[in-house]
Amino acid sequence: MAETHATTHTAHEAHAHHELPFMRKYIFSTDHKVIGIQYGITALCFLLFGFLLMAAMRWQMAYPNDPIPVVGGLLQKALGEDMVASKTVEKVNPDGTKTEVKIPGIMTPDLYNAFGAMHGTIMVFLAIVPLAFGAFGNFVVPLQIGAPDMVFPRINMVSYQCYFGGGVVMLASFFIPGGAAKSGWTSYSPLASIADLSHRIDGQTFWLIGMVLLITSSLLGAVNFIATIIQLRAKGMSWMRLPFFVWAQFVTGFLLLLAFPPLEAAGVMQLMDNVFDTSFFLPSGLVIAGQTIDVSGGGSPLLWQHLFWFLGHPEVYVLILPAMGIVAEIIACNTRKPLWGYKALVHSVLAIGFLSFIVWAHHMYLTGMGTKISTFFQTTTMIISIPSVIILTALFLSLWGGSIRFNTPMLFALAFLPMFGIGGLTGLPLGFNASDILLHDTYYVIAHFHYVVAPGTIFGLMAGIYYWYPKATGRFMNEFWGRVHFVLSFVFMNLVFGPMFLQGLAGMLRRMSDGGATYSITNSPGVEGALSEFVIHLNRDISRAAWLLGLAQIPFIINFFWSLKHGKKIESDNPWQATTLEWQTPTPPPHGNFNKEPEVHRGPYDYSVPGAKTDFSPQNQPI
Amino acid sequence: MEIPYTVTPRRDTGLYNAKVGIWLFLASEVMLFGALFSSYVLLRVGADKWPHGLLNIPIGTFNTAVLITSSVTVVMAWASLKLHQFNKFKIYMTATILCALAFVGIKTIEYKDKFTHYSVRLADGRTMDGHIKGSPLFWSLKKLKDKNVETIEFAPDAAHGAAAAAHGAEAAKPAAHAAGEHQFEIIKVSDLTYLSAYVPSHNTYFAIYFTLTGLHAAHVIGGALVMTYILLFGGKMWRTQPDRLTNRVEVAGLFWHFVDLVWIFLFPVLYLL
Amino acid sequence: MFIFGALLVGTILTVWAATLEFNKTHPAAGITVALIIASVKSFLVAGYFMHLISEKKAIYATLATTAFFFAALMGLTLWSMHDFPFFTTIKY
Repeated sequence: MAETHATTHTAHEAHAHHELPFMRKYIFSTDHKVIGIQYGITALCFLLFGFLLMAAMRWQMAYPNDPIPVVGGLLQKALGEDMVASKTVEKVNPDGTKTEVKIPGIMTPDLYNAFGAMHGTIMVFLAIVPLAFGAFGNFVVPLQIGAPDMVFPRINMVSYQCYFGGGVVMLASFFIPGGAAKSGWTSYSPLASIADLSHRIDGQTFWLIGMVLLITSSLLGAVNFIATIIQLRAKGMSWMRLPFFVWAQFVTGFLLLLAFPPLEAAGVMQLMDNVFDTSFFLPSGLVIAGQTIDVSGGGSPLLWQHLFWFLGHPEVYVLILPAMGIVAEIIACNTRKPLWGYKALVHSVLAIGFLSFIVWAHHMYLTGMGTKISTFFQTTTMIISIPSVIILTALFLSLWGGSIRFNTPMLFALAFLPMFGIGGLTGLPLGFNASDILLHDTYYVIAHFHYVVAPGTIFGLMAGIYYWYPKATGRFMNEFWGRVHFVLSFVFMNLVFGPMFLQGLAGMLRRMSDGGATYSITNSPGVEGALSEFVIHLNRDISRAAWLLGLAQIPFIINFFWSLKHGKKIESDNPWQATTLEWQTPTPPPHGNFNKEPEVHRGPYDYSVPGAKTDFSPQNQPI
Repeated sequence: MEIPYTVTPRRDTGLYNAKVGIWLFLASEVMLFGALFSSYVLLRVGADKWPHGLLNIPIGTFNTAVLITSSVTVVMAWASLKLHQFNKFKIYMTATILCALAFVGIKTIEYKDKFTHYSVRLADGRTMDGHIKGSPLFWSLKKLKDKNVETIEFAPDAAHGAAAAAHGAEAAKPAAHAAGEHQFEIIKVSDLTYLSAYVPSHNTYFAIYFTLTGLHAAHVIGGALVMTYILLFGGKMWRTQPDRLTNRVEVAGLFWHFVDLVWIFLFPVLYLL
Repeated sequence: MFIFGALLVGTILTVWAATLEFNKTHPAAGITVALIIASVKSFLVAGYFMHLISEKKAIYATLATTAFFFAALMGLTLWSMHDFPFFTTIKY
């Protein structure tokens, strides 16, 4: 202890406790809470932007080749006439003459693909991961383990800046000649390299550079998180006394650390394919528009897929695990009893982390892999569903016999459970090789993964925002509008993604810029497997539900900002009466979080301990 | 509250923070280079023909020795700090950085040799590998045609085309240069169907070679920069927090050993096999 | 210093082994030999220069997991490109 004091003294002298200037305190901060909020605000902005991209796409799907109302003109001005076409109509003037009027705003297939690729990229890499891992992780984890900050605060700051830079590059790609990347968020070669042959530096190049920045950000963040959880746990905070949220973030950190680098390597190779004419992923004899392209050949498109999905699969667990952690915390707090099966939860999350690295080729069943290796991946995929079910079951069972408080965070957390259940269960036919042959790249897949991420993860994240808002700001968000936000979001989420299962089972494929109209019975009569009008018309219902879902977020956005100044003030530092350590700090927590290192005496969920004075016993309360 | 365990290790893990951090980072680097190695294996196994003997083995061996030496010197640098011998630390650290610069310098020479080595295909179907008079960098067929060049003077590596070039004639090339033994053929640009230096776009072999060694060299340069920073600005920290400087040198050393490790695998895989 | 010497010897050994005759007829054996020597050298660097031989459990655990996943990446990808359904061959 003496040595730590000695070092603290020297660092103390160097630290000089005067007020930091605005730039150092808010813009270039090394404080994990400020960085967490930076991540949070930026990520929520990207979440909204990604949503708007999809909203535009849904118009094209519902009313193919109809100009987008309201914003059509703006889109054309911003993105150019190559991307946004116009419809020429004859207008009859009052005096009987006819003039031709151009109505701008028709989404070209190229624009549809660009919006589609960027919707996926932005949602996954710029919105959900930074929110779940960067924002919540940064803000909550050091507080929950009793640490003064992250173990490498300056690296933390750089990690945010890399993320911000990556976001800027991704957004900039919309405005360069040729437009943004348009080969799917999966950027399969050879399409990714040949989508825009007229420009050497095209949207795909920007995408790749952006990804390198984002991957760097995630890697630095992952190192920080893991090292912090290993080294900076407070006295008495043993591994099995950690809140489940911290375990979830710990495993997420490992997933990011070990899974991202192969994608970084692949990204560099694809960048070289695009800019320096190499052939890492371009096979020999590739013919485009009747001409063999002038590259050396000898590459392997499959190699890109393997490297991408090696990250891609752990990535989806990165998307879900933090949300599971948040939901676990909120359920424990709002049932006033300990979580059921804490040990099972911990072992399951470790198992998920480990197994997630060896299931990736279930995204590649249709690439012609042999039966033995397909069976291998099918088996590991089935095995990984077990720990996921264990976690879900444990959370469900935690509700039994609880004294449930139905506040807004709890509503979102409760809804997470069946929504994630649907998402997970619908993944099973996709995990089996045989059934996946029919369902691969259909709307069934889109419905499956959106159920897990949208009413799954996002509900978990919303729950977290409503839950930890009082700790960060000292005020509650408005409860009434929170419930309105919840009910509307819940209803519309299901109306958007539920019908997509039907569309997928009917055989409607993904990424069709006209919503499948070309393959409908009307336009392709007599073709085996053509889509019925019912399936095509579902597009309109889904689109309307999606736009209403967007409107349903307005109460949330207003609530978020309004409550900063006018929300109900908290009356104690622990407004939810929770047991975990983040509620034992002042509100908002000061720089350094705790005045002196807290000492932990209990597990994380000592609610309703028999013989205790209150129905919750904070972790640092002595036995 | 200040961040603990920056210098003194934590009791139950036995580690100080930066050491945990660097090992985690190195784990991610293992996956990065691992992915590139896997790509190398896959591309090679899937190829009908894979060149052999195009890389200079003696130079590669020498570079390997340089890097191993630098690993030794960085350990000595750390040991000197542990024994409170700051001047010795400065000597060993300088030696390490010089080795790093030597490695990069030799690599640059190797790269330049590749970029001035050309492969041509003629209209009559012949393929030849060799040098162009004057050793220009990065010529391409498009450039020649744009500049309306009529002929090039080309010295093939051996009398009979690519097959001979693959048989380790490379090692003899520098000597042949000096001896001026080249016979330059005049080739009409209009006869050429393909002309390219040994650049990544020429074939997948060079693509993966340049990517692997390029990324490795970037790590060498990065490590050298960090060590230069520690060398130049270490004096101040040595006077105020000597243990912290020692730990920084240890952590930088760990990164450096990793860079050496990657090369230990790169050398046989690329040069010898 | 002993390690340094061992590493230099290992390097020379690798180069010499690659020039042996069996490399032309049995390239697979040649690759195996080279990789074994490289592994020994890397064990020396990691064990002694990086002090891994006396390192703590946490570091071992991280590295062991990483090694496993690297092996999985390389192995499973290679396997997938060589396991074909009946009556098909894919030329990548």
